[in-house]
Amino acid sequence: MIEINNITKTYGSGDTAFKALNGVSFTIEDGEFVAIMGPSGSGKSTMMHILGCLDTPTTGTYFLDGKDVSTLTDEELADIRRLHIGFVFQAFNLLPRTTVMRNVMLPLVYAGVEEEEREERSRKALISAGMTESHFFHKSNQLSGGQIQRVAIARALVNDPSLILADEPTGNLDTRTGEIVLGTFQKLNKEHGRTIILITHEHDVAEYADRIITLRDGVVISDSKSHERRHAKHYEA
Amino acid sequence: MNVDMPNIMKLKDIIHETYAALSANKVRSGLTMLGIVIGISSVIAMVSIGTGASNTISSSIEALGSNLIQITPGAQRTQGFAASAGRGGAKTLTNEDAAAISAQISGVQAVDPEVSSRYQITAKGTNTNTSVTGVTEVYPQIRNVEVAEGSFISSIHNNSAAKVAVLGPTTRDDLFGEGSNAVGQVIRINGLQFKIIGVTVAKGGSGFQNQDDIIYIPVKSAQRYLSGDQYLTTIAVQATTPTVMSQVQADITTLLLNRHKIKEATLADFSVLNQSDILSSASSITSTLTYLLAAIGGISLLVGGIGIMNMMLTTVTERTKEIGLRKAIGARKKDISTQFLAEAIALTLVGGIIGIVLGWLISFVVNLSGLVATSVSLASVLLAFGVSAATGIIFGYYPARRAANLSPIDALRYE
Repeated sequence: MIEINNITKTYGSGDTAFKALNGVSFTIEDGEFVAIMGPSGSGKSTMMHILGCLDTPTTGTYFLDGKDVSTLTDEELADIRRLHIGFVFQAFNLLPRTTVMRNVMLPLVYAGVEEEEREERSRKALISAGMTESHFFHKSNQLSGGQIQRVAIARALVNDPSLILADEPTGNLDTRTGEIVLGTFQKLNKEHGRTIILITHEHDVAEYADRIITLRDGVVISDSKSHERRHAKHYEA
Repeated sequence: MNVDMPNIMKLKDIIHETYAALSANKVRSGLTMLGIVIGISSVIAMVSIGTGASNTISSSIEALGSNLIQITPGAQRTQGFAASAGRGGAKTLTNEDAAAISAQISGVQAVDPEVSSRYQITAKGTNTNTSVTGVTEVYPQIRNVEVAEGSFISSIHNNSAAKVAVLGPTTRDDLFGEGSNAVGQVIRINGLQFKIIGVTVAKGGSGFQNQDDIIYIPVKSAQRYLSGDQYLTTIAVQATTPTVMSQVQADITTLLLNRHKIKEATLADFSVLNQSDILSSASSITSTLTYLLAAIGGISLLVGGIGIMNMMLTTVTERTKEIGLRKAIGARKKDISTQFLAEAIALTLVGGIIGIVLGWLISFVVNLSGLVATSVSLASVLLAFGVSAATGIIFGYYPARRAANLSPIDALRYE
């Protein structure tokens, strides 16, 4: 469960100080599929960094599974990311010239998990993300855009995280491939009960989530169920 | 929230990541490594050549004899080797000088009057040009010469000015063929027949002049049949102990100045050289040479190390996004710095090992060429290995720390 209470984030100081977030509060229960939407400059990137434990808020509290992570050091945040958060980025998700398998197991490598166990867990994650076995040992530069995003999803799943955070995951994809990726998220949410937060500036993309939190100028301007909820036509490719 | 404690990255994975990163840009890794290879191999090769040259010079000086003082004709212009340039150039030393040294100076074990010159030698249709030295029976004792076959020149040979000769092994090989039995054969020196009575043991070593290419005859015979006068080219004096050498040297100088009626020591028409003086000045020259060579190697190693640092800094910049991604998925500072440090150390260690092998090969080839008997010491290999590892750590540390301290957000945004 995620509890955000009155979070602010200020960059710089004095006259040049800029408030990217100005008192944001919300709660996300386990198993929710939430989109955080807003135009550029709305504070959604800052929100993503804080939710992803890449950064800490200036004021306010952030409880992740009951633990206050808003005051941790860089090294403690790295531990939280490795064990409890899975990331899917818009671009540069995978290490170049590295196999799909190696990319997926990387969080487990940093966690010092035994080789057999991490290969087993990586296989499961890749299958859940809809990758076919024949691609497991392809190099990352031999994959299509859609496949890259699925491998990234598999990597986000592999450490069995409390939260999967996807930052514009369809930004570089065509509409059809984007829908396949979004379908993968819906499937993980519905069938595996994964908590997913989708950061996007596109309303069409946000509609695939169950709930949409809209940010503007660093504050929440709406937080509601998705009105015209879209269902991906197919979960699989 | 599960409570499994964060564990540490495994060594095998660090090696895997390092290999993957270095093989991603093989040309660049290879060129960077080349800097270290050249640095380490030049340190090893240079030090081995320097040590080898030093050993060669010392052993060829020691082979001249023990507790040896040499008196040669001609003015003593400078210390050390240059004095021997006057050798044979003037005729000032006589048989009487040698006899006086033997009779009047204490601390003298033996005195050998010598006449040395080069002659054309013929034997059974072959011929050679070599040094013919007139000596007495004490020569083997003073000059560390041993007889392999037959016998050496005796006092009886000398008293009767017998036409007998003892050959050095190289001269024997030149005249009669390698390893053949020359004792009892006859050679002609300057047209005169000499009977071979012995062959000496090879002194070995590749000195600057071959001490095995020589013919010994009685000194009386040399003066009577070859030079035709009573002068000597060298008086070799052996002191009883190393401690009395400088005293004996001073006494000889005084005695000869008196005998030659010379008042000023600077005007002396002879030089007295102490073997240990030659040895110490030679070894100080060669050790300076070794340090110089090692310094040249050390400079190229430093340049190689800077090359590593340069490459690692470029790599960190190029891989900023990768560092951001790794940090986002949970790599700690330590994981990132270990990875980059491991890459630098791997480059220097592999480069160091190749450099040691290459340096050893260079030293081996120099040895084969016969110029200098080189020797690669374990100490120089260990030193080179230690230096290459240290180079990796020192020059890899700064780039690694820079990578580790990148903020994940900035790194992910980096374009």
